[in-house]
Amino acid sequence: MDTPLQRTPLYEAHVKAGARMVPFGGWEMPVQYAGIIEEHRAVRNAVGLFDVSHMGEFELTGPHALDALQRLTTNDVAALAVGQVQYSLLCYPRGTIVDDLTVYRLADDRFMLTVNAANIDTDWAHVNQYTGQGQGARWKNVSADTGLIAVQGPRAEALVCRLAAEDVAKIGYYRFARGVVAGIDALISRTGYTGEDGFELYAPAAATARLWAALLEAGRDDGAQPIGLGARDTLRLEMKYALYGNDIDDTTNALEAGLGWVVKPAKGEFIGREALEKVRREGVRRRLVGVEMVDKAVARHGYPVLKDGRRVGVVTSGSYGPSVDRYIAMAYVETALAAVGTALAVEVRGQAKAARVVRTPFHPPRVKKG
Amino acid sequence: MPHVPKELRYTRDHEWAKREDDRVRVGITAYAAEQLGDVVFVELPKVGATATAKKPFGVVESVKAVSDLFAPVSGEIVEVNTGLPQAPETVNADPYGRGWMLVIAPSHKAEWAQLLTAEQYEEFLAQGAH
Repeated sequence: MDTPLQRTPLYEAHVKAGARMVPFGGWEMPVQYAGIIEEHRAVRNAVGLFDVSHMGEFELTGPHALDALQRLTTNDVAALAVGQVQYSLLCYPRGTIVDDLTVYRLADDRFMLTVNAANIDTDWAHVNQYTGQGQGARWKNVSADTGLIAVQGPRAEALVCRLAAEDVAKIGYYRFARGVVAGIDALISRTGYTGEDGFELYAPAAATARLWAALLEAGRDDGAQPIGLGARDTLRLEMKYALYGNDIDDTTNALEAGLGWVVKPAKGEFIGREALEKVRREGVRRRLVGVEMVDKAVARHGYPVLKDGRRVGVVTSGSYGPSVDRYIAMAYVETALAAVGTALAVEVRGQAKAARVVRTPFHPPRVKKG
Repeated sequence: MPHVPKELRYTRDHEWAKREDDRVRVGITAYAAEQLGDVVFVELPKVGATATAKKPFGVVESVKAVSDLFAPVSGEIVEVNTGLPQAPETVNADPYGRGWMLVIAPSHKAEWAQLLTAEQYEEFLAQGAH
């Protein structure tokens, strides 16, 4: 890696807190503070703070912004009201995934897209290639100006309420509001990547460290603590949330990844529609399933999945799940072997270890729906 | 700097070795446990198996990493910490005590002298442990 690693506005705060810093998608990020399992439990039982400022934000403005997004993303943006958030995908014409993202409708003709850190450059090139500037839809990459803190856990609402000027409790799941938190202008979004209730707070990069410190301080009695990427990964794995680069990428299509619920061909033309419609007609050849180890072993990304000694798939994510106290994984397997209860094996260091397909999420989500 | 007990010997792969009469007890160092992070899986050989110096005898996995365990000395494995796979977190909690992994009856006595002393291991850690 020749390019120097980028740092978020919270880099100094992480180092000061004793975090272990690692390279992640071109960024120098905290993988853990107190320990992955302790941090994981803090989010499930109390509240945790995540620095996700490395993620990218693009704004799109103009009379044709909606049309541009309808063409670029798989979900139906017309169904998105101002103040709502939508999970969606950017696809290549062949139906494979450029990135997964959330789309915010800021106004009738104004949107924000939150994209994965490692994909900012790819996504920026993609959206510009397919819409271009000045066609009634203007793109602006505001990633560097935007900090992002996720506040997640059963006590997240109480914590953010204490610091917010507005009543954030009334913001529904996958909705957002503009507000002031700890004296800082923020976009308060009821979203997350943990399966717990909580918020993602977008703030000006220059004010993000102040917001972080205020949240830690105000949350001290709630047990609020900073959470690294390690626990972020085990938390999302227990929910079977896909991680770009692990479970989905430019070789996987949305349907086999179980993301058909954000693919809306009825809305009209979009990039990848034809290819995905073909996949839907012909049926997927493999499916991303949840796997639980029956034998004691940790399945890891890239390990082969076997059935009666024959290779039938591959593990995309795997770890110990602290809340389920089991070794769990996500894997692509042949469609015929994707049913819950199917006995499989994962090849771990040359040995077939018994596993089975299980219902997901592995751990019950507690997001605030409805 | 993590704890490095004076009375033990060490490998460059971060195992410790403790002489108990004519046997050698083996585990991983506090430095190794700290670097791995939360240990969630330990795979150890069976009693009666043979360990070979500098060759893997088992595997330890943390949430993020997989790491081989290397034998400090050769010989027959005469005891295994059978409780460890059920309580892998013991490796982090007490690496030099309850987190021990196995006991070897050495077959090549000269190998002991090739292990690092506590001072040498500390120096190795100070130099970046590579």
